[in-house]
Amino acid sequence: MTTWDMLANAAWLVSALIAIWMVVDLLKVGKEYPEEFLTSSREGQE
Amino acid sequence: MSTAATAATGTDHIGLRRVLGPAHVWALGVGIVLVGEFMGWNFTIDNGGPWAALVACFVSGLLYTCVAMIDSEVTSTVAAAGGQYTQAKHIVGPLMAFNVGLYLVLAYTMLEAADAIVVGDLVKSMAADFGGASPEEADKLARPFVTLSVMVLALLNYRGVFMTLSVNIVITAFAFFAILLLLLNVGPWSGTHLLQHEAFFSNNSLPYGWLGVLASLQFGMWYYLGIEGTCQSAEEVRSPGRAIPLGTMTGMLTLVIAAVITWYVCTGLIPWEYLGIAATPMYDAGKLTGSWNLQVLMWVGSAFAALASANGCINDASRAWFSMGRDRYLPAWFGAVHPTYHTPYRAIVFLVPIACAFGLTGYTQIQGQIMLNQIITFSILAGLLGYTFMPINMIRFRRMWPLGSIDRGYVHPFHPIPTLTLGALCALTFVAVSLGYGRNLLAIMAFFIVISVWFVVRRYQFVRRGDQFTMNWPRPIGY
Repeated sequence: MTTWDMLANAAWLVSALIAIWMVVDLLKVGKEYPEEFLTSSREGQE
Repeated sequence: MSTAATAATGTDHIGLRRVLGPAHVWALGVGIVLVGEFMGWNFTIDNGGPWAALVACFVSGLLYTCVAMIDSEVTSTVAAAGGQYTQAKHIVGPLMAFNVGLYLVLAYTMLEAADAIVVGDLVKSMAADFGGASPEEADKLARPFVTLSVMVLALLNYRGVFMTLSVNIVITAFAFFAILLLLLNVGPWSGTHLLQHEAFFSNNSLPYGWLGVLASLQFGMWYYLGIEGTCQSAEEVRSPGRAIPLGTMTGMLTLVIAAVITWYVCTGLIPWEYLGIAATPMYDAGKLTGSWNLQVLMWVGSAFAALASANGCINDASRAWFSMGRDRYLPAWFGAVHPTYHTPYRAIVFLVPIACAFGLTGYTQIQGQIMLNQIITFSILAGLLGYTFMPINMIRFRRMWPLGSIDRGYVHPFHPIPTLTLGALCALTFVAVSLGYGRNLLAIMAFFIVISVWFVVRRYQFVRRGDQFTMNWPRPIGY
């Protein structure tokens, strides 16, 4: 395996790890907080 | 409301945070667009030659100045996420709002995919030019880095808007100064005699006459496409009435300067017959100077510009998608805000695979050329449909709520001249697009007609008609 192959594989791996982290966090937040709270945002309000 | 959620966050509702200033607005607008000076604008030359590209630069500049003026007035008054979607919702009606929201998401997601393709192509060039990789080895790097760039920027957006756009300030400013430095190093005052305008332009530099000038307007939009994205930050800026007009208009000035320098330097360094089909013209220009430092500078500038653009596109596409979810134009699930990071996290994650899919399929090579121009064309078409809505929007806005009837953060001068000019230039650009990409235009219009029927028949019943109008305005004239 050349350096370039390793670099390409590393890029795929980091991409996969980021994707997994975001999906896990998304699911975790969905479980920890009620849906009505997460979608309680109102236009123009902080 | 759950007491656990209230106890954890200290509030019974959640929203986006007002943490941004005018510099972030500038970085969002210019960041999205500046990549257009590093790639894409040069397809105007393929359509009409170098002089046509310059005419397209100024005509499109006029079109976008009108866009910036109109947007600054409406957004400084309708200060909410969603940008033109929210404007359409308040001023025109639900069907127009739904369509405008989808134009925005499509334009920004396609642009994000195009940016990721550029990053992949730049990594490939770096491996071949600086690292000694063979063409096959370098080619293997492109797709992983197309994906990696989307994922890293999505993560940044997921974790907070302040850091996302602070990063954009730095990398956008770097990319702009890279363009200035290239000019300083190759201009007539440098003594290098690298610019060869007279030699290159002697060979029929307006090859298709005025028809070519008209055709070049299609890609002329690429010099500025996305500056209207500043509107999407309206719900996250501390002072919308000040920050949006200031950030948008200074952004437009920055882009006009960058566009003219880009045209001047690239057409002087690269024969226009090659420049018109180059994937990364500014990097190629850096290479042709023969200076290793300038080559590296333009590589970094191109990469930063592409990353800043993709970063801003993720921000804007997700805000438009989120706003549509919040109003039930789309499933309410997309209208969620992250309790820790205060970002529209579900909209961000949902759009990631779509951007990756367009990025990876767009990288498919046909006869040695990546399909960048096809991706760009779909982004331009979606943007153009959005700009066509703006004159209608502006005329209705001034008629329904005349000056003095509501507080406006900014009032654009010379109304209705910018509105009428924008309408005329949009019509002209539609003609230009139909000359080269008529089938794409028909395909995208058919898509929007079908999706509009779906919205009216199936989706509109879920829209919260009463809740979606939040502005404290008097009843409009005529209603």
